[in-house]
Amino acid sequence: MHTGLRRIAALFLLAVVTVLAVLSTAQAASAAPRASGDGAPAECTLPEATDDDTISIIGRVCDTRETPQAPVEGVAISVEDESGNTVGEATTGANGTFDIPLPGTTLDNLGKTYTVLIDEESMPEGAALRNPDDVDRPVKINLDNDVSVTFPVGEAALGQGWLTQALQLFVGGIVFSVLLAMAALGLSMIFGTTGLTNFAHGELVTFGALIAYTVDQMPGEIRIGGTDVTMIVAVVVTFLAGGAFGFLNDKALWGPLRARGTGIIAMMIVSIGLSIFLRNVFQYLAGGQTRNYSQYAAVQPIAIGPLLVTPKDMAVIGLGVVVLVVVSLLLAKTRIGKATRAVADNPALASASGINVERVISVVWTGGAALAALSGVLLGLTQGFDYQLGFKILLLIFAAVVLGGLGTIWGAMVGAFIIGIFIEVSTLIVPAELKFVGALLVLIVVLLIRPQGLLGKAQRVG
Amino acid sequence: MNWENIFSLAVQQALGPSAVIYCLAAIGLNVHFGYTGLLNFGQAGFMAVGGYGMASIVSTWGLPFWLGILVGLALTVVLALLLGVPTLRLRADYLAIVTIAAAEIIRQTVGSVSLLEYFGGQDGLTGFSGPFRSLNPFSGPLDLGFVSWRANDAWVMVVGWSLVAISCLIVWLLMRSPWGRVLKSIREDEDAVRSLGKNVYSYKMQALVIGGLFGALAGFITALRSAAINPSFFATDITFFAYTVLLVGGAARVLGPVAGALIFWFLLSFLDLFFISAARTGLISAEIMTPNQASLVRFIFMGLALMLLMIFRPQGIFGDRKELALDAR
Repeated sequence: MHTGLRRIAALFLLAVVTVLAVLSTAQAASAAPRASGDGAPAECTLPEATDDDTISIIGRVCDTRETPQAPVEGVAISVEDESGNTVGEATTGANGTFDIPLPGTTLDNLGKTYTVLIDEESMPEGAALRNPDDVDRPVKINLDNDVSVTFPVGEAALGQGWLTQALQLFVGGIVFSVLLAMAALGLSMIFGTTGLTNFAHGELVTFGALIAYTVDQMPGEIRIGGTDVTMIVAVVVTFLAGGAFGFLNDKALWGPLRARGTGIIAMMIVSIGLSIFLRNVFQYLAGGQTRNYSQYAAVQPIAIGPLLVTPKDMAVIGLGVVVLVVVSLLLAKTRIGKATRAVADNPALASASGINVERVISVVWTGGAALAALSGVLLGLTQGFDYQLGFKILLLIFAAVVLGGLGTIWGAMVGAFIIGIFIEVSTLIVPAELKFVGALLVLIVVLLIRPQGLLGKAQRVG
Repeated sequence: MNWENIFSLAVQQALGPSAVIYCLAAIGLNVHFGYTGLLNFGQAGFMAVGGYGMASIVSTWGLPFWLGILVGLALTVVLALLLGVPTLRLRADYLAIVTIAAAEIIRQTVGSVSLLEYFGGQDGLTGFSGPFRSLNPFSGPLDLGFVSWRANDAWVMVVGWSLVAISCLIVWLLMRSPWGRVLKSIREDEDAVRSLGKNVYSYKMQALVIGGLFGALAGFITALRSAAINPSFFATDITFFAYTVLLVGGAARVLGPVAGALIFWFLLSFLDLFFISAARTGLISAEIMTPNQASLVRFIFMGLALMLLMIFRPQGIFGDRKELALDAR
């Protein structure tokens, strides 16, 4: 018991010290002034508010496709009052700004709501508002100052057809599926070989995103032949660090617990404790804000037929598919892969036929955590990340794994693709804010009809 | 550092409305997990259904407060049945995953813009606690010398701890009855119970419903305590904290959740106040810990405590190790 305690202590110490050390350099680096971020560049700035006794609605229309943001000239803007009468009109000037004074004094206008309308016809070719709902934006007058509004402009959606939209979402779904599959594979393999439902698996994903960020924020750039490959190096480092973290997890915590014969439910609750612990340590070290990596934050999409795909998405899909295929081949062809599947199938029988079960479990933890970390950094690349990146998708990982069949290895991948694509494509019908709800409902329905999952063996699971 | 102040504020939290909420939620989990062995990871969902049921009846539909309470309880029963049907025949971990998913479904649904007019989106609902507060006998703060509570909190505490007392009595009566003995034997060996001709599925379902109702009570108190309700009150972590409360006190003990809630909230607020004031006064230098970071230290300790507790003393402080054989079912 005492060696167990010491090992656990060693794990935490090591994890904390590593992350602390690397992140402290990260914080020092991020404290340095940031390069051109999203701060207001000189080209498209808000007009000065005037301090008089009338209220104006002032604003700007900025093209966010360019850095720094470029002003959009010649957009017709009008303002309507609550009963729909137009009270003022203007056209954006060369600096992208407009200024519409409201009739009456400040006191007349306080508490009223005006609507700022944008004439989409007057937009330049190929441009559209980033948020389509912005065409009529309500503005409530609460203070006796001029009110300022900003309209970000982006790429106009190309084809508006239902099929195009579905295809576009499908591509987004593939990107998410690949990442989900990598995380799900680890969870499912760990469950299959040890019986542990690991609620701290999401933290392995977050760990990956944070390690890559640490590498990214280290002073200096890593260059090979003139190209900045910092992020690529970061991905590789993350993969290795994630594997090491998983190995340590198993050696310091789960291995000793298995050796003591701790029950599966008790281990599940331990994993919840680990999840809370790690998540707060991550927030302690990395802060609560959402972050992006220094490279590939905004990239121009490429049009393939009617679809818009960013090179980043294609790289993620490419890398993900290669990784998944390699892992599948390893599992299907190699000795250790076959041993892994044997242990997942029946640990006692595998052990009896001479397979070193503990070694297999160790390999599974290392590989599973490395995949989770890789999924974390790629998720961070596609959508940004914070300290609860992994915790937020944990339930989706569970959904994927249960859908495919808990503990089955191919099932995790199949489940991840179904869930990932379903989540994105379902936004055609359900509001985007509820897309995760749909996926979780699928999980419950599957359990009702086919509890062993799509690829699980039809056996008694209760 | 003002020790007297820290101590008094920690006692205020340990006896205050937060402790009541977690105590009730943990009593529900005690019925589920402690006595029946059901791994319900969605207690926050039961709380949300109870709380939102009551709040929306009163503020969205303008119906009486007591009807709201009844609707909240009825909806909780419906939720328990819905969750129980697909999962109670399956292994324990399936119930865990489904309940945690259901809690998140409920939280995201009530917080959605599409249902804004019924549940108020992310801002939630207010204006339902008038009838409750009008019954408040306290006109000023409740002052016990070194610790005091605002009048509204004091009223919530009186009602809340009374509910806790009644709930504990109910659990005690239930668990000493033949019905309770069947539950405990289901936890120990389901197949043995089945071979005695008991309908295990039905017993589990009853336990799920009853434990869920205690969760609904916790949801009511959550809403009434701040006179508002919003989705962030029912995050996934709430369930995990309630588990910690249960395991600190000792699962499968009638008074376990009560002891757990007192100890948990005393330590949690003590650690919070201690580290924040240590960071403010420079006892711990700002390079190591800023006041922002200081408020996280308590959760780091909490996660660690949950792990160590489960590893080294799964029966909690007052539990009986023989009573709770946490087995793989």
